[in-house]
Amino acid sequence: MPIAEGVSFDLTVIWAFIIAFAVLVYVVLDGFDLGLGMLFAVEPEGEDRDIMMNSVAPVWDGNETWLVLGGGGLFAAFPLAYALILPALYAPIMAMLLALIFRGVAFEFRWRTKRWRPVWDVAFIGGSAVAALAQGITLGGLLQGIDVDKVAREYSGGWWDWLTPFTLMVGVAVMVGYALLGATWLVMKTSGPLQERMRKRAWVLGVGTVIFMGVVSLWTPFLQDGYYSRWFGGWNIVLAAGVGAAVLALAFGMFTTLVVRHHDYWPFLCALGMFILGFAGLGFSMFPYIVPVEVTIWEAAAPRNSQIFMLVGAAVLIPVILAYTAYSYWVFRGKMDPNEGYH
Amino acid sequence: MFDNADAILLARIQFAFTVSFHFLFPAFTIGLASFLAVLNGLWLWTKDHKYLDLFRYWVKIFALAFAMGVVSGIVMSYQFGTNWSAFSDKAGPVIGAPMAYEVLSAFFLEAGFLGIMLFGRDRVGPTLHMIACAAVAGGTAMSAFWILSVNSWMHTPAGFEIDAVTGQFLPTDFWQVIFNPSFPYRLMHTVTAAYLTTAFIVGGVAALHLLRHRHRRDKVSPATRTMFSMAMWMAAIFAPVQIVLGDFHGINTLEHQPAKVMAMEGHFESHEAGAPLYLFGIPNQDEQRLDYAIGIPKLSSLILKHDLNAPLAGLDTIPREDQPPVAIVFWSFRIMVALGFAMLGIGVWSLWARWRGMLFDSPMLHRAALAMAPSGLIAVLAGWVTTEVGRQPFTVYGYLRTADSAAPLDAAAVGASLIAFIIVYFAVFGAGTYYILRLMGRAPSSNEPRLKDVTNSPTRTAGTTPAQQHPQAGE
Ligand code: HDD
Ligand code: HEM
Ligand code: HEM
Repeated sequence: MPIAEGVSFDLTVIWAFIIAFAVLVYVVLDGFDLGLGMLFAVEPEGEDRDIMMNSVAPVWDGNETWLVLGGGGLFAAFPLAYALILPALYAPIMAMLLALIFRGVAFEFRWRTKRWRPVWDVAFIGGSAVAALAQGITLGGLLQGIDVDKVAREYSGGWWDWLTPFTLMVGVAVMVGYALLGATWLVMKTSGPLQERMRKRAWVLGVGTVIFMGVVSLWTPFLQDGYYSRWFGGWNIVLAAGVGAAVLALAFGMFTTLVVRHHDYWPFLCALGMFILGFAGLGFSMFPYIVPVEVTIWEAAAPRNSQIFMLVGAAVLIPVILAYTAYSYWVFRGKMDPNEGYH
Repeated sequence: MFDNADAILLARIQFAFTVSFHFLFPAFTIGLASFLAVLNGLWLWTKDHKYLDLFRYWVKIFALAFAMGVVSGIVMSYQFGTNWSAFSDKAGPVIGAPMAYEVLSAFFLEAGFLGIMLFGRDRVGPTLHMIACAAVAGGTAMSAFWILSVNSWMHTPAGFEIDAVTGQFLPTDFWQVIFNPSFPYRLMHTVTAAYLTTAFIVGGVAALHLLRHRHRRDKVSPATRTMFSMAMWMAAIFAPVQIVLGDFHGINTLEHQPAKVMAMEGHFESHEAGAPLYLFGIPNQDEQRLDYAIGIPKLSSLILKHDLNAPLAGLDTIPREDQPPVAIVFWSFRIMVALGFAMLGIGVWSLWARWRGMLFDSPMLHRAALAMAPSGLIAVLAGWVTTEVGRQPFTVYGYLRTADSAAPLDAAAVGASLIAFIIVYFAVFGAGTYYILRLMGRAPSSNEPRLKDVTNSPTRTAGTTPAQQHPQAGE
């Protein structure tokens, strides 16, 4: 039945793209509010911190829901991958979950107490930083590969396999990148001295992000033969060069709009663009593996009728979600008014 | 040092601990979200300021509880994979889809409109703000729908076949998966439970403030009276409904999971003609008997079969290795049922007081309502323990054993994360509960500050300055 096979082939790829899309949206949206959380550390206590937090208070919950969709979608569409990846990355995932608890409740708790506010500020900073680090380690751990017992359909590695220089480097890279998103978000949402400070920070963080993106790109192809031949085999080297050039162009755009043209929202958009390109590059490295280089998306896929059933919902609901998410951002658009705390 | 059985036990404790904590928050917020939507609607409709005051009062508490529900829920959605990966691989093709629907249709709805509900009244105007309140309430109900469908499928699996090679459950009919035999009962019983939980918390807070000012009636705000009255209506209506629903739920369970009902009832032995209802006893599973049993003859057959002399099979018909832990199920079930009847008692008492025109002037009733404030939360947990422990030793009833569901776990890793969860949950959710209690300790004033006023920059301190701002409406 070549036609039916063709269809199921397509569905699996479509689902891989949907999951990748959810993770990408998560990374850019929660990326800026985790980054903002880390930037709390370098802002003095007081009104500026209130403004920073209020700039994401109405939207953080929606941002984080994309993480639930990424995880839940993986469970639904690629149950085997979910069952292999999560035990393999047990420690960083547990760390991320605990960290997200601290930073999530800090949004509400810090307004409820004066005496303990510094404590919840630390929870916000620490939670954001650890969550970002753990997400980077998770990504690195996935990229470097996971040991799988294909017959037993279970993870067969050790509990510390995830801990390598590469994963730690990716962890720090993600922290820096998120902080860049946070800083450029604040350039967009604030004014006055706070905004000026954020411009400077964004500049430094931008340089760091570009360097880290370069290191990850050069290191990844050497982790697995598959990645190497993918990027450097045949014409793909041209593609790789093209992606690299595009990232640099966006970085250049960000720096000029940031400090030369003093633009408010272009730096944020350029930073988003850099993330999207980097993410696409990672996807290109991994495809068609979902657990590199052991399990492909087809091996891990849920049966066809599950995929179809979910696709109906996803096709209808994801556009609706994007619409009301955009609406919510629109409602809370514009510069923060220090006198109108949302809280 | 450890073997796999220890790891699985730790994983079970971890799951039970985290899900119990998680469920405490939805049990409260499902009801509270609806209550807030109703209050907002009443304010827009009647323009009676007390409804706006109540909305502002409870929305602050809602924001705290909701945040805790969200962060504890995110833990749950990853725990299936970290600790129960064999279960995830096998059951994922069936239950993954409804869980994905939950994210798409419920979580995004709640999260997307929460910001507008909490902070957006001035920005979007009353109509859209009302829609946002309704969307959040609808989202919480939708969330309950999907997750309870998934959970019910694990109790009464339907609409699937098993793949001979991979051992995966493969869906054959999603309609049957979603509307599996125990789902309608569980959904109604649990949503009603959430409403009762909220009603008793709201009623308890109102009772506290009525009691505080029992010698100065004039100091009791109209808002306080209204919330007491509303809560008592809910108790009077939903407590009896809940008992009836519970009865149906149990009868349905008898059909699909008889061993669970035998454990709830403490029936180790089969009864040919009419089984007794044991009120008390000490389950002795090793000896397979109920020690010190006190029972009412034939009543259990009447309740479960609606026939005094109907025969009922006991645990002697179930192999020992397929029996759930009886003592836990037996006691947790009794706690829930006792609380259900206590709630009914409060409901009836309030009707009587209302009829006598004494609803706001009966300190005894108020004391009882205050004491019952946490009863819903306790009953809900007891109910879940009954349900889940009664399903043991299976995760997918009859098909997949708990022992075969776990990830290739390392006891040290599970143990370490369990300890971390315990410390973090008690510290963080303890603090959150304290903040909630502190907000509840203050009566709703007739000019209730907005969420953003009381919490804004350090220049305006939390909880003070009731009178100076917010001349007109607006959240
Ligand atoms: C406010 C909470 C509350 C109250 C007052 C009651 N219940 Fe309940 N009960 C629940 C909250 C709950 C629950 C948390 O919602 C459960 C757990 C899982 C479920 O389906 O509902 C539950 C489960 C549950 C089960 C287990 C069903 C199964 O697992 O198959 C039975 C038989 C009953 N209930 C019966 C009753 C009876 C006869 C009650 C009254 C006297 C009662 N419940 C009061
Ligand atoms: C929210 C209220 C809930 C509570 C308080 C609760 C409580 C528990 C408890 C006490 C156990 C351990 C039973 C034992 O090991 O003897 C358990 C097991 C389990 N429950 Fe629930 N549960 C709840 C809801 C759910 C839901 C909604 C799901 C699924 C979507 C679920 C899935 C499971 C699974 C997979 C296990 C397996 C682990 C095991 O059996 O030990 N639970 N739960
Ligand atoms: C093991 C089972 C469960 C899992 C995996 C789970 C998962 C989650 C997740 C991921 C969230 C956060 C959503 C967000 O980001 O906004 C959440 C919140 C929520 N969950 Fe659960 N949940 C479980 C059990 C339950 C049960 C049994 C109910 C209700 C009957 C429930 C109702 C809710 C509600 C209403 C929320 C919104 C937050 C709140 O109201 O506190 N969940 N859950």
